[in-house]
Amino acid sequence: MAKVIIMLDNDISTDDIYPGRYMATVLPTETPQFAFADRTDFNASLKARAFAPGSIVVGGENFGCGSSREQACSALKGHELAVVARSLSRIFLQNSINLGLQVVICPGIEASEGDELDITADQVLNRTTGKAYDQVRLPAARQGIMDAGGLIPYTRARLMARV
Amino acid sequence: MGMTVVEKILARAAGLPSVAAGEVVEPRVDLAMSHENAALVINQFHEVFEGTGLEAKVWDPSRIAIIFDHRVPAESPKTATNQKKIRGFVAEHGITKFHDIRGDVGGICHQILPEYGYVRPGFVVVGTDSHTTSHGALGAFSFGVGATEMASAWSLGIAMNIEVPATIKVVVTGEFPPFVGPKDFILHLIGRLTAQGANYKVLEFHGETIRKMSTSGRIAICNMSVEAGATSGIVPGDEETVRYLREEAGVTDPISCVTPDPDATYVRTVEINVSALVPQIACPHMVDNVKPIDQVLGVRVQQIVIGSCTNGRLDDLADAAAILRGRKVAEGTRMLVFPASSKIFAQALDKGYIHDFMKAGAVVMNSGCGPCLGVHEGALGDGETALSTTNRNFKGRMGNPTGFVYLCSPVVAAASAITGVITDPRKGA
Ligand code: SF4
Repeated sequence: MAKVIIMLDNDISTDDIYPGRYMATVLPTETPQFAFADRTDFNASLKARAFAPGSIVVGGENFGCGSSREQACSALKGHELAVVARSLSRIFLQNSINLGLQVVICPGIEASEGDELDITADQVLNRTTGKAYDQVRLPAARQGIMDAGGLIPYTRARLMARV
Repeated sequence: MGMTVVEKILARAAGLPSVAAGEVVEPRVDLAMSHENAALVINQFHEVFEGTGLEAKVWDPSRIAIIFDHRVPAESPKTATNQKKIRGFVAEHGITKFHDIRGDVGGICHQILPEYGYVRPGFVVVGTDSHTTSHGALGAFSFGVGATEMASAWSLGIAMNIEVPATIKVVVTGEFPPFVGPKDFILHLIGRLTAQGANYKVLEFHGETIRKMSTSGRIAICNMSVEAGATSGIVPGDEETVRYLREEAGVTDPISCVTPDPDATYVRTVEINVSALVPQIACPHMVDNVKPIDQVLGVRVQQIVIGSCTNGRLDDLADAAAILRGRKVAEGTRMLVFPASSKIFAQALDKGYIHDFMKAGAVVMNSGCGPCLGVHEGALGDGETALSTTNRNFKGRMGNPTGFVYLCSPVVAAASAITGVITDPRKGA
């Protein structure tokens, strides 16, 4: 069970999640400080470690649209957050799988800040409201990367299999 | 069953007789493009090889392109050091399609790739930039990826776990009225589809208007396809594609265009006639917040921007210069022009456009991304408004979360520069 720490609108762009002016910062160890940098209060809470690991960012439709910047994923992963959204932009989804950021596509999700969610294999259960919502499962062929713990170990294994 | 252009390209690249939307494939990569974010790709690439005992070598240095454009010349020691690190990697691995910060062969990645003939019809192109969709203009399947995905492509020469996208067929007919063009068409289409209307799908462009459109216009529409969420935009290769590659990019080797089967399956067909289209404006803070120009006339503008990978080509500059020639940029408004490549800059210089801009009071900047993302130069002041020919107007774009960005065509930008407010170029500014 984990807490919803922010509720966001539709079409949250990667410019919002990780503003362009911090793009010269690339290392996953350094990007978390700039997560949602223009939402100054939220950014400050993140940096102050006000939230437990596994806390949830809930987004609307088309979460992570715009730039392909991977920092948007590494910044959230650095804070050990999970994302539950009604839908995700393609590149953001791909980057999340590749980096091992937990993302859940849940088209009907309804929640408020402070609600407690349970993420199971197929559903998201909002414990606060008692309602359950179905997840959209990814094609099984993509599970390989997630099972490997991300694209880097997956690619490494493929590379080793070639030699 | 028939295949769309992208299905055909993916089937061939994955070594399969056919593929259909929804399947997960691993296509070989024909071209892998990065810009300054190659710094992160290099990092991830080395991590892939860590502990393997294998030598960290890219799969094919001739298929990797790296173009410095996002922050040129470097705005900070951090960027300059990233660029230095990338230069070292380029030399070490023998990467030849490298465009450094130069006034002869430099420019924005999405202009350099077509300009130097790096992209061909039928190619699978990946780029660590969302506007990699641009290269669909040359009949390639070209899409944006993250840095880790790129590191994987550099290692193995394939793109991992790509879901074959479904395709939306867009049929465009009619003739553009004066002062209306490809940018207005694509803004209108995005407004109609919404910012997520083409998520996980390809926009395949057809119709007489597309057949007659220059490669420059096609780049603009494929470039902005991602603003409707599209994985890629694509114009099936045709005579114009071959003409462009031969005459403008100097390609001499064989070119073979891929066209869709007549019985290909599309998820949806959108038909648009452009004969009555009016100039379109995307209003803050979403690219799909598109309005016909008469609904936003008179909005006061502090910064006009003409340039970028969307509208910084020679025809764009020619159209803008024709309006500005002998006129002045309004007091209280600043105008920034940044050609999409050094080559275009030089051509615009020869044709006198640069002189027209400067005499009008515009600041002409070196080729690069510049004010488009606003981290390097051309940031907005608090609460200021920009009117720009670029492709994104998200909050915080152009460097200031309290700024407002409107998107338009080059002729609207030029006409508005003279008045200092959003102005209809058809009314003779
Ligand atoms: S000009 Fe703008 S949109 Fe184009 S590549 Fe540069 S930052 Fe991206």
